[in-house]
Amino acid sequence: MSGKVGKRESGKATARETIARLVKAEPLNAVLHWSHELLDAEAARVDAMGAPGALAAMPIALKDNIVTVEQPTTCASRILEGYVSPYNATVVDRLRAAGAMIAAKTNLDEFAMGSSTEHSAFGRVKNPHDPSRVPGGSSGGSAALVAAGVVPAALGSETGGSVRQPASFCGVVGVKPSYGRVSRYGLVAFGSSLDCVSVFGRTVDDASRVLSTISGPDPFDATTVNRPPMRVPKPLADLRGLTFGLPREYFPTDLDAGVAAALRHTADRIRQVGGEVREVSLPNSSYAVPTYYIIAPAEAAANLARYDGVRYGPGHIGSEGDIRALYRITRGEGFGEEVRRRILVGTYVLSAGYYDAYYRKAQRVRALIAEDFRQLFDAGVDLLLTPTTPTPAFKAGEKTEDPVAMYLADVFVCSMSLAGLPALSLPVGRSEGLPVGAQLVAPHFEEERMLAVAGVLEQNLDAGAEVR
Amino acid sequence: MAWETVIGLEVHVQLRTRTKMFCGNRTAFGDPPNTNVCPVCLGLPGALPVPNAEAIRLAVRGAIALGCTIHETSVFARKNYFYPDLPKGYQISQFDRPLATGGSVTFESPDRGRMRVGITRLHVEEDAGKLLHDRYPGKTAVDLNRAGTPLAEIVSEPDLRSPAEARAYLTVLRQILIYAGVSECSMEQGSLRVDANLSIRPGGVTKLGTKTEVKNMNSFANVERALEAERERQVALVESGRRVEQVTLLFNAATGQVKPTRSKEESHDYRYFPDPDLPPLVLAAAWIAEQRVALPELPDAKRGRLENEYALSAQDARVLTAEASLADYFESVVEAGADPKTSANWVMGDVMTSYNETGSFPVSPPRLAALLALVREGIVSHQAAKRVYTELAMFTDEEPQAAAGRLGLVQVSDQVALSGWVDEVLAAHPNEVARFRGGEAKLMAFFVGQVMKRSKGKADPKGVQPVLQERLLQTA
Repeated sequence: MSGKVGKRESGKATARETIARLVKAEPLNAVLHWSHELLDAEAARVDAMGAPGALAAMPIALKDNIVTVEQPTTCASRILEGYVSPYNATVVDRLRAAGAMIAAKTNLDEFAMGSSTEHSAFGRVKNPHDPSRVPGGSSGGSAALVAAGVVPAALGSETGGSVRQPASFCGVVGVKPSYGRVSRYGLVAFGSSLDCVSVFGRTVDDASRVLSTISGPDPFDATTVNRPPMRVPKPLADLRGLTFGLPREYFPTDLDAGVAAALRHTADRIRQVGGEVREVSLPNSSYAVPTYYIIAPAEAAANLARYDGVRYGPGHIGSEGDIRALYRITRGEGFGEEVRRRILVGTYVLSAGYYDAYYRKAQRVRALIAEDFRQLFDAGVDLLLTPTTPTPAFKAGEKTEDPVAMYLADVFVCSMSLAGLPALSLPVGRSEGLPVGAQLVAPHFEEERMLAVAGVLEQNLDAGAEVR
Repeated sequence: MAWETVIGLEVHVQLRTRTKMFCGNRTAFGDPPNTNVCPVCLGLPGALPVPNAEAIRLAVRGAIALGCTIHETSVFARKNYFYPDLPKGYQISQFDRPLATGGSVTFESPDRGRMRVGITRLHVEEDAGKLLHDRYPGKTAVDLNRAGTPLAEIVSEPDLRSPAEARAYLTVLRQILIYAGVSECSMEQGSLRVDANLSIRPGGVTKLGTKTEVKNMNSFANVERALEAERERQVALVESGRRVEQVTLLFNAATGQVKPTRSKEESHDYRYFPDPDLPPLVLAAAWIAEQRVALPELPDAKRGRLENEYALSAQDARVLTAEASLADYFESVVEAGADPKTSANWVMGDVMTSYNETGSFPVSPPRLAALLALVREGIVSHQAAKRVYTELAMFTDEEPQAAAGRLGLVQVSDQVALSGWVDEVLAAHPNEVARFRGGEAKLMAFFVGQVMKRSKGKADPKGVQPVLQERLLQTA
């Protein structure tokens, strides 16, 4: 085959197929912005590229909190309705330079705050495996699109599990890199010390290739770490010489039976292919969710202060010259309930007289949680294996009236965000037809090891099979 | 009752960088509104701050110049408040871990002589934008050109005891910062701003009274006026049995009065917390040491050195060190061979006049030294030299000797020529000659003056007097 002709056609052909799939997937409500014209333009662009690039003509969807010049960026919020960024996020530039085509901007919980993608100003996203269930969140739109086979990979963002948890619910691979591995420039901030652009892939290899493309230091993000980009790992034949820790705090007695069975099955497979499995402890795990729900809202309250009606939002002016009314009306009407709740919590925990009791204490606990992990890795544990979520995907509406129950859907994914560690969710089986994910956690900047191991498990597990 | 005034100042200076604190936009003053802006300083969704290394370097320089301890680790913090000129809804500043603490400024107080004011802290932060209230009738416009401009905030201890003392401190603080190359320190252009805290207490009491904050002064003179007005306001309040409330006041230069802003809105809780977008600022000890070495000589040291090295009076040394460039110019003139005291007089006279007018030194130090040599050698008179200087300032290629020649200002000491002018003068003033010979010796000065006039300034005054003496005595 003539490489040149093949390349020239590949973008156009893929774009056509993607358009057809996007149309078919519309009932999921996973997409906020896409158009034939933009996809055609992307196809023409990649087909005209001199070299195909690492992601030649791969269509990729972006969570709609990653800014792009060519589509609006709404964060699924009324307050940013119609907003178009004058610049592209660093990750977008990197994807495009590698030959990827931006296919769509996906639905999310408003400003990435939520665990079910029900808190979108533009309606909830449906789980492709069961439309009555949630896809997880907050990156539910990206997860659902990959699960529905519309795109092989998508970007989401994590603040406290917002890619791993929906990956688990939707049965796809979801990878959160180490904090600092991928630029946040152009990711609309939620909890800046936690936010990570993260990746969904149909397969471990798709996710690895995308993560490799977007990783590496960025002069526009002072929190990126000066290390070379992650490489796509070489495949491993087996898991010999690797020790897997199973933290007992992640296997409570009330863990969903299907999830527990899938994890037992995964641990068995690890042993069968040469890995060592050992029970370990992360004693401060139970503090992760409360700690997260102090730090993330505190940062969010400041990050969302810019949406004050002066430059964004419907621009209601109250009584003549009353700037306070402008703020009150814009923010009261522009933000949804969950966002308002977190802004209030975040403002409260930073207030004079409460800072020490909440924010400062939470930072101390955060350090303890990170120390738990460090000790295990220092003691010879190579990777941790846990369930990603306590249950498979829950029903839409099941937790919307109970914020704490919703927050606890992230009980197994918060710690890694607080510790800044790389972690992924890998589909390992089905329980009553619903996907179950297992989580791997690695030491800082050991993404390659983590993905190589995930590749072995992917080969040795049937993610589509029922477990019991 | 005698009231003691206690004043502490918060001074914001714009760091002299080409670009902003956290992005690459220009910091130019006076450009059309909203032209020097980008996603970062506009606070657009997704944009992130990256510290400007040059701003940090300048702030460190300033802190060293003020004798502060530089902290190897300092932390950027978010100061949260809503205001339309603040695009992110928070200002990136430093809070509990500032760049530098514990310095001092030594200066001459008009009340108490030489004294030290403690510097509590120096930290770096970004500026806000500007609200334009007069651009659109009935509306307020926002200009974000200034948003993100790098500032150093310099907080003094409450060590100042009068408005005049506060002004004297500001003058010296400004001088130090300009010397160190930290800031332009121009109040007119907004690159230096002063917020003043003032309280009063009965003489002898050590406990501080309730302080108020005075803002909106556009010159050091107005800082003094504003503080005087606020002191009077507080004294009047307390003496009429009322209490001072902790308020912020704005100074009105037209009326000379201070007026409280609505006090309730000032009870801000800024909810400071470390900015998660910026890792702690870590400076290597060796790098800080390099900055210390690179610091130019500061005004106090330069003043002392000039006094000693050139045997100048304290007053002359102070005038010459008002600006580093003036002192540098003086030293270059001396280095080119001129006498220090003569050079000092020239620099403080004609040179400073033209420097104040043009902001530059049109006559290069070697040319001025050459001119002074002509005076010393009696080739041109002091008076003529002033005219030559004016020429040299205009025609920057010409050498002093040539200019003096072209202007016919080379002094004549030739006996024949001098005698000719003397004879003409004596013939024209027979009455004065008679009076001189009658004993009015002080008329000698008159005759010298007449000879200079007749010679159009060319006669060498040192040569004229002996000839006059000779002629007046001779004919008697």
